[in-house]
Amino acid sequence: MSETAPISIRRGAAGEAPHTQTYAVPWREGMSVLDAVLWIRTHVDSSLAVRYSCTNANACKECVVSVDGETAYACTARLPLRGVTVAPLPNKPLLRDLVTDIVPPKERLAARQP
Amino acid sequence: MIEIETDVLVVGAGGAGMYAGVAAAREGARVLLADKSMVGRGGATIMAQMTVAAALGEQGPDDWTRHLADTLEAGRGLVDERLAALLCEGAVERIRELDEWKVGWARDADGRMRQVTAPGHGAPRCVYVDFLNTGPAVAQCLRRQSARTPGITKASGLSVTDLVTNDGVIAGAVGFRLEDGAAVAVAARAVVLATGGLTRLYRRNSASANMTGEGYALALRAGAELIDMEFPQFFPIGHLAPRLVGMDPIMWDPFRYKLGGRLLNAAGEEFVHRYGGEDEGRYVTTRDVISYAITKEVEAGRATEGGGVYLSFEHLGEGELREAFGPVVDRLAANGIDLTRRPIEVSPIAHYHMGGVRVDAEMSTGVPGLYAAGEAVGGASGANRLSGNAIPEALVFGETAGRHAARSAGKAGRSAWSQEAARPHLGRLAANGGRREASGGRRTAGAAGSRPVAGAALGELRAELADLMWEDVGVLRTGAGLASALDRIRALRLRLEVTPVPGEGPYPLARQDWFDLRGGLMAAESIALAALRRTESRGAHQREDYPDTDPGQARSQRVRLDPDGRLACEWMPPCPSPG
Repeated sequence: MSETAPISIRRGAAGEAPHTQTYAVPWREGMSVLDAVLWIRTHVDSSLAVRYSCTNANACKECVVSVDGETAYACTARLPLRGVTVAPLPNKPLLRDLVTDIVPPKERLAARQP
Repeated sequence: MIEIETDVLVVGAGGAGMYAGVAAAREGARVLLADKSMVGRGGATIMAQMTVAAALGEQGPDDWTRHLADTLEAGRGLVDERLAALLCEGAVERIRELDEWKVGWARDADGRMRQVTAPGHGAPRCVYVDFLNTGPAVAQCLRRQSARTPGITKASGLSVTDLVTNDGVIAGAVGFRLEDGAAVAVAARAVVLATGGLTRLYRRNSASANMTGEGYALALRAGAELIDMEFPQFFPIGHLAPRLVGMDPIMWDPFRYKLGGRLLNAAGEEFVHRYGGEDEGRYVTTRDVISYAITKEVEAGRATEGGGVYLSFEHLGEGELREAFGPVVDRLAANGIDLTRRPIEVSPIAHYHMGGVRVDAEMSTGVPGLYAAGEAVGGASGANRLSGNAIPEALVFGETAGRHAARSAGKAGRSAWSQEAARPHLGRLAANGGRREASGGRRTAGAAGSRPVAGAALGELRAELADLMWEDVGVLRTGAGLASALDRIRALRLRLEVTPVPGEGPYPLARQDWFDLRGGLMAAESIALAALRRTESRGAHQREDYPDTDPGQARSQRVRLDPDGRLACEWMPPCPSPG
């Protein structure tokens, strides 16, 4: 039986009372916080929202979240066996779960027309 | 619902999409540049760590026709010469244009662009920005240029779920805005599909999140055809273990070029020679032989703990490593990897797709108003892509598609948009009546051994597809495995159809999963279907039951979607030559 690590994730959409959910994730040395979040999406709850693209390379810079209170990329932050708490960035507007609105204003599809 | 009207809609804003947007806007078109991720951040271009091929002749005599000859040689008889000629000739102009846009190509002391000889190239031809930084620099340069070009509206977080056609003519697209889940209708006179590849369909891949293959299904459903779908490219020595973060899993290639390195099985034995290669510390065996050798060693029960083989640089001193790869050695150390002390584990990994949307030399799909660009296009690489040709393909095909899409939009006059044609697609977006999905409640979910809850139905389905693609439609294929895979893919399609489309609300990633899977399953079925029919081994398509190349099958296959919803695959005449 493999070891598991606890990961607590703050969930909820803008305007809702946030709640924290804790998941036990199969742990492997060196795994990233994003690995754990994607494991949860695949095996436990696909509704968990997270913004990411490149997954491994730390090239897209989309997966920025708060890990134990520090701003970090989920793809390079490690998940220690003792676990972590992950939350959306506190200084950006919340969309849902771990996703905040980090899209530059000029790239937002508003009601405006091209 | 958000309603938008534009001349040219570009779906996908990686390298090809951004270039298409710039080229279309230069022709005077109003452009909507959409990406389900963020503009210029998703896609494959930003992840490219290696080099970019173009016959610039900066470091010795070269000519685009020699680049073409190397591309044809690599493609094992299946390259569409019209597309490859366009790529090789156009690459020169595009690389120089990026230079004017200050991408920062590396230069030598005399101010000439540095060009290196990558494998398969007969001349020093491949430019780069900085070790491991070429893709990010190209993406950043194109983000900047698309921001400077008047007429482009960027839409990050716009997920296109269906193209809309009216009487066989492109009319636009529908989708949803990720920010809040709102339905979006885009009336467009022309559409460029720059949706990238499909390698996410495989369990082991080097893909970004949006390489789910749904672009191929968008094309099929709009009436376009696909070509060469049986040829996803597997990179032989993708990183497997220990977990390496912050670096692309295909990063070991430059190490091997410079330093050799030894491939060893779990028992510490060299094995490549058993499969017709030689590997005594040098990197001379071709990629397909190495992929084959590793896969056979794993099958024979001689796999490492992670399920691959060892790549060892333990015979080298730290000085040698540091001289070759200075700062990268520190990034590896941050991952707990000391190459002088222990080997890493590697395995073949899905890396790129040679197949894709069938287009002519204007990147037109044949559906009036529908164009394709970049990795989404099939034919330019035949059965095997030459290294360094993926970024030129994005740049050249992107520019070509954008230019011709703008001209087509200019000729189209009124948009072919019809509310009636869009209605069935919009209906699916409202399938749950705007209801938000259950959040799963507060609980501590179990891990190993516990049963997945209903909330992970889509995740389980995706994982099942990735496993079966890897096992039976991967590096080594058999007729029995492919036939079984085809049955299982079709069963998964039925399972998805009865899985409700998750509701809207802010950032509905599960809804995105549903549409990605719908498209991905159709792309997967196309691969399996074409692979089952190709009873030979050629390039990236290796059949254990047909190990030889059959000259009679030096032809491409095309796939289309019949009106009854079935995929049809047929042989084409031998590849056309230019002129």
